[in-house]
Amino acid sequence: MESILELRNLVKLFPNQRAVDGISLKIPRAGFYSLLGPSGCGKTTTLRLIAGFEQPTSGEVLLEGVVVNEQRPYQRNVSTVFQNYALFPHLTAAENIAFGLKRKNRADIARKVREALDLVRLTGKESRYPAQLSGGERQRVALARSLVLQPEVLLLDEPLAALDPKLRKQMRLELKEMQRRVGITFLLVTHDQEEALSMSDQLAVMNAGLIEQVGTPQDVYLRPSTRFVAGFLGAVNWIDGIGLRPEVTRISRTLPSNGGRFRPATVTGSVFLGNCVHVLTRLESGEDAVAEIPRTNGSYQAGEAIHVCWNPSDEMMLP
Amino acid sequence: MKTASGWERLRAWFLLPAWIWMAVLFAAPFAIVIVYSLLTRGGYGGLGLPWTLENYQRLADPLYLGIVLRSFMMAAATTAICLLLGFPLALFISRAGNRKNIYLQLVILPFWTSFLVRLYAWLFLLRDTGLINTALQHLGLIHDPLPLLYNDGAVLLGLVYGYLPFMVLPVYATLERLDPALVEAAADLGAKPWPTLLHVILPLSAPGIRAGSILVFIPALGAYLTPDLLGGGRTVLIGNLVQNQFTTARDWPFGAAISVGLMALVGVLVLLMLRSEREGLV
Repeated sequence: MESILELRNLVKLFPNQRAVDGISLKIPRAGFYSLLGPSGCGKTTTLRLIAGFEQPTSGEVLLEGVVVNEQRPYQRNVSTVFQNYALFPHLTAAENIAFGLKRKNRADIARKVREALDLVRLTGKESRYPAQLSGGERQRVALARSLVLQPEVLLLDEPLAALDPKLRKQMRLELKEMQRRVGITFLLVTHDQEEALSMSDQLAVMNAGLIEQVGTPQDVYLRPSTRFVAGFLGAVNWIDGIGLRPEVTRISRTLPSNGGRFRPATVTGSVFLGNCVHVLTRLESGEDAVAEIPRTNGSYQAGEAIHVCWNPSDEMMLP
Repeated sequence: MKTASGWERLRAWFLLPAWIWMAVLFAAPFAIVIVYSLLTRGGYGGLGLPWTLENYQRLADPLYLGIVLRSFMMAAATTAICLLLGFPLALFISRAGNRKNIYLQLVILPFWTSFLVRLYAWLFLLRDTGLINTALQHLGLIHDPLPLLYNDGAVLLGLVYGYLPFMVLPVYATLERLDPALVEAAADLGAKPWPTLLHVILPLSAPGIRAGSILVFIPALGAYLTPDLLGGGRTVLIGNLVQNQFTTARDWPFGAAISVGLMALVGVLVLLMLRSEREGLV
């Protein structure tokens, strides 16, 4: 697979922090790629190194196979959607979108702005100032402002973090759909695993300035290569060193007879979540395990003796 | 409700000193000046009846209009130079990281001594036997001393020197609050440093530029100490004209009329400026 963006042994040291501690990545063309990790893992610094806002301590950033370390941000053909959008408050939506086109002396500005407004469904709001737009609308202006320049890579820095939860879920689908439509490579930085899993074609999980795992959402969720990845992407029950997701952990009052694995346990409580129930259990070995079961599977009382059981194929083997 | 009105009352009490201050030291003297401006000059510089508007009519004399125009030009030039010098300085300080406070202290350092003392320092620097001329003569660069003092240039220098901090501080305050992400966004969208300055930083610091311009222009328009000392009486501005009426000319009613006229002029200018701000013109 041809990569549009490549990072080679990228290191960024701050006075008292190893923000990025030697990462190498190949980001394929025209896909949706995410950098996922907890706050402070170096993902935003990585994005800023790609945009050119920071200079790497060592290592290289390659765009279309060319080292761009020495290029200023205005020379790099990448564009950033900032976390708080960074729209120019003194310019209207249309003027914000036209800003980059004017600076780059592109032709046909009026038509391109019109098309960009149409792409993000903001036609009719072109003469509003950022302060007169809702959070979601501001984000779409930021998106249009970058996309209209046809960058080689669109960098998105926690673009959904400032939106309310309902809008956030809707925007996930919109962003993904937008990426498919425009065919530009999207590189998303996020700490929200659901966001990364639902939008990405591929993702890299980062921790403490290093990349822990690269893969498809299925790879990293179902076959995590480290305990950190397993735990960061979702809840894990650790039973005898084996990792089990709660949704593949079952409980049974009788001994299961289908050849699966099981351990005797006691119910310690349950949490009603609406669409499902989390049954909290303690194994005889002293380990805790959570089973996510359908609401219709009856209820379990604290103190009840049960068996926690699972299919061997659902086990996550981790070092 | 009870506590709310209690707060209201407390707030009124807190405002009382300011009200008294303004009434005693601004409103009352201003009223006196207006009354004086409508009276007639007495025999030995005193005041007397009858009431008259003649003092205001005299303002239309080309001689005085010329002085008003000169003062206006001088204040405008002071403001423009303060902006040209002050904006880059404010921008530099706003990006100086943890040395910001040191630089800000340096900007206000001149206020540690009296303005009068600092103007005399300029006299020592600029006069024929002053530091600059002596040094240049010793270096053999000039034969006769340069005419550095007692001209418009010296007055302009003194005004810019005196009022520069009043431009730097408000401009700095707006630049300090400018979101650095906006500057990054401009670069990200392809703007080189100069276009970023022109299309992003400058428009967004307009409120500070406006405030700084008002703070420099108004006192520069009425300045009298600087033109008096550095202009040596050759450069007569409105401030000197007013001073002369109250001292050597002993024409208090006319001096008062000029003061009222100056205030009216400033008032109109500030109103125009505020209106242009509201309409987003500046």
